This record gives sequence, C-alpha cells and structure tokens, in this order.
Amino acid sequence: MKKDKIIAAILTVTALSAISGLALITIFIFREGMPIILRTGGGEFFLSADWRPRDGSFGIFSMIIGSLAVTAGAMVIGMIFGLGLAIVLTQFAPPSLAAVLKPVVELLAGIPSVVYGFMGVVTLVPLIRNRLGGPGLSVLAASIVLGIMVLPTVTSISVDALQAVPRSFWEGSIALGATRWQTTRMVMLKAARSGIVAAAILGMGRAVGETMAVIMVAGNSIEIPGSILAPTRTLTSNIALEMGYASGAHREALFATGVTLFVIIMILNCVALSVSRRSARERSFR
Amino acid sequence: MELKMETRQLNLFYGGFQALRDVNLQIKPREITAIIGPSGCGKSTLLRCLNRMNELIRNVRTTGQILLDGRDIHDQAMELTSLRRRVGMVFQRPNPFPLSVFDNVAYGPRVHGTTDGAKLQAIVENALRATDLWNELKDRRNSPALALSPEQQQRLCISRLVAVEPEVLLMDEPCSALDPIATARVEELMRELAHSYAIVIVTHNMQQAARVSSETVFMLLGDLVEAGRTARIFENPRDKRTEEYISGRYG
Repeated sequence: MKKDKIIAAILTVTALSAISGLALITIFIFREGMPIILRTGGGEFFLSADWRPRDGSFGIFSMIIGSLAVTAGAMVIGMIFGLGLAIVLTQFAPPSLAAVLKPVVELLAGIPSVVYGFMGVVTLVPLIRNRLGGPGLSVLAASIVLGIMVLPTVTSISVDALQAVPRSFWEGSIALGATRWQTTRMVMLKAARSGIVAAAILGMGRAVGETMAVIMVAGNSIEIPGSILAPTRTLTSNIALEMGYASGAHREALFATGVTLFVIIMILNCVALSVSRRSARERSFR
Repeated sequence: MELKMETRQLNLFYGGFQALRDVNLQIKPREITAIIGPSGCGKSTLLRCLNRMNELIRNVRTTGQILLDGRDIHDQAMELTSLRRRVGMVFQRPNPFPLSVFDNVAYGPRVHGTTDGAKLQAIVENALRATDLWNELKDRRNSPALALSPEQQQRLCISRLVAVEPEVLLMDEPCSALDPIATARVEELMRELAHSYAIVIVTHNMQQAARVSSETVFMLLGDLVEAGRTARIFENPRDKRTEEYISGRYG
C-alpha cells in the first residue's frame, strides 16, 4: 500500500512537470513575442507585408499568406489522396490488402521531414521548373511535399472514422439495391463526416507547423506569391531561417511570429478536438 | 396459385460448414410466411439468400435454385441492384441512416434514379402513410431519423423499403428490439402490408408467428422440417420434431 502511494506520487510529479514545462514554454514565447506586437500595433504587424528587420519594419502578412497558400494546397492534395485512400481501404479493397496498406501509409509518418524535403528538391523542383516554368522552388512544390507528408494523418484518421460507422448502415443501403459507391457517398461519408473533418484539421495542423521540408522547396522569398509557381516563405520558415542571427527587436519579431503560429495551431487543435468529441457523442447515441 | 418466390434444393456452405441442406421453400404472394426454429437453425441465412445478402460474407457458397416469379435470381440477366429493390429487407435492429427522416425514405428512390423533387415528395408522403408515420412525422421530416423512438425507426425502415415499391419484404426478427406495445403495432402494420406484398418473417417467437403469419416454415439444423398453413402447423404438426419445438421441449 505504501509502495503504491510512493509510485503514485512519483507519477504525479512527472506528469505535473511535463505539463508545467509546456506551460513555461507558452509563457516564455508570449513574454518574448507579445511586446513587439503591441509596440508596432496588431494591424501593422499582421497586415503589413513589409518585413525588413534591419530597417525595423516587421510585417508578417506575406508569411501568413505563404503559410495559408502552402497549407491550402497541401490540404487539397492530402484530402484528395488521403480520403480517397481511406475510402478504397475501407470500402473497396479486400480486408487482407487493407491490413497491409494501412500500416504502410502510417509508416510514411516515420520518415524524417528533411528526407521529404530532399526528395522534393531533387525530383519535384526540377520537374516543376522544366515543365511548368518559374524557379521550381514554389508554393506548388511545397504543397505537394506537404500533401504527401499529411497523408498518414489524414488517411489513418479517416480510416478510423469510416470503420467506426456501424455496419448496419452499410447493410441497410446495400439491401436497398444501392451500389458500393452510392453507399459510400450517400451514407458512409455522411456518417463519418465529423471524423473526416477532424482528420482534415489535424492534417492542416501538421502542414502549418512543418518547417524543414518547406524551407527546402518553397524558395523562401519574402513576397506575397502571385501564382502557385512563385516562391514563398511561411511563418515557420521565417523563424528557422532568421533565428540564428537575430537580436533585439528582430528576435522579438520572430518570437511574435511564433506566437502567431501557436495561436493558429491551438485554434485548429481545439476545433479538431471538439469535432471528434462530437462524433464520439453521436456514436454513443446509437 | 403462382408462387412469388421459391427455393429448389438450396444448399449453403460457410467454408466447410453446411448451413442449409436441400431447402425447398415456397413463398406465396400477398401472404405472410413465418420461418421459425431454434437459434442457429439457418432461418436468417435462408432469408438472406433471398436477396443475395449472403454473398457479402466471404467464403459463402450456395448450390440450387432461387426463383423470383419463376426466374432464377442468380441469372446473369437479373441485376443485383434491381433484385434487391424488388426483394427488400428489414433488419433485426432498426437501422435508419444518420440522415433526416425525408432523406431516409427518399434514399431508395434516389439510388434508383429518381431526382425530381416533387416526385420524391409524393413518394415519401405515400411511403410514410403506408406505415402510419405520416401524421406523426409530417412536421419532422427534416429532423434526424436517429432521434426517433425505436418503433418509429423500425417503421421508418419499412417506409424506406415501401418507397422503392418492392414485391417481397424480408423481415429478420423485426420486433426483437421493440417492447410489447410497439411489437403489436408493427405486427398490425405487417398485416396491412400483406395486402400488397409477400412478406417473409424470421422469428424466434412462436406466438408472433402464430399471430401474424398464414404460412409457417419450421427449420432445424439447416433442414426445412415442415411447412404449411400456420394453423395446421401449430395445431396438428406432422413431424415429431415440429411438435417438440412447438410444445416448447427445446429451442
């Protein structure tokens, strides 16, 4: 009994220190980043595309646009392929094939992001430069690389959502003479909707936060991209590229970029959590 | 009288296990046929042969014939989707889709190509009237079907079938998830529907078979032991095994 109490106390301390570590990081980022946002004014900091640290102008608008563009592109690619794959695995493929393919897709998550970036630089960037024009380092290249990187997240959560749909719905539809595709489209996707939305949002969180692969293929120029073939810089790249030599207000502005990212990802995760809680509730209804 | 459906020397194997042995089942139009028997006797399996739902399970093999209006349902010319439209199924647990009441009933017609809004409205109204749900639900057509009571859900599932104008209704213990009052109302509905459709009901409840059906089939261990008019089966069973089951000696 006494041993139990000691172990419980140790575990509590470990858990609390992990949580307080996270809390301290949060406080630190905000303490370092908030002053410059307040000093330059939120409107100026977020909505000006003028980022010239040496002249003291800190506007991250072009990076926000860069992050949004790259993330949106990644989600288009990630959802088309990830959800498509999830549909094939759960509705059409024989279970033995699905049992092999799903772990393979999940294994993609274990590849280091620098490897994805490297593959992008070596194969994708020259391909885009030669076939579509522009410098190759572009929104499109970053979107494709990120789209592949979010596949494991999107696929495995979508597969779980589709598998959680009661088989009785599927049988009811098939027994009415619906084809597999009609059943998938009209019943399964609707029943799994909240899980699929959660998959998209968590994928989006990954895409927004990814840094290394994006730095390698996005081109990183500080301007609002005019087309998907133009280079761009994202919020994460901005921090990683400049933190090494930044000091003073410049360093603060990079922390403020971090605050911006932090808030975006927090919002995405909260939405994903509430959506997936709702789907759990819906399931318990049945 | 012409038979609506018929099986001839039907055998079914789950892998190496034989679940049905030389079953000859006859289903008359506009009558309720009850299939009774102890658990595991193959009655649900037999039911699911009639709209080829068994084929969704792997390692299932059947031999013999199943006829609908004299035509083999395994025939190349008989499309699976149209077979399942003509031979509809009600499941043990109500399984309305997670859609609105309207979309549930309109589902079948939409799947089979009806897109016209006014036409769908009319079909849905008729189908809901056929199961006495119209007065209860006409103002709640857009509310989610999963919020209905179990009895309403089961009647909605029957409406969903009626909407595609089937010829045969297969019911797999349709009342097992319902309380006695709801059961009585669904049975009443079945008697009304029997004016228009051939109904086959699988039930473990002998009283239910006696109450609703005009034909009864008794199965045991994959064999069709005895079939005949319900009153005759219950009052004067010819086979000793039927008598034993009906008098409650096993099952």
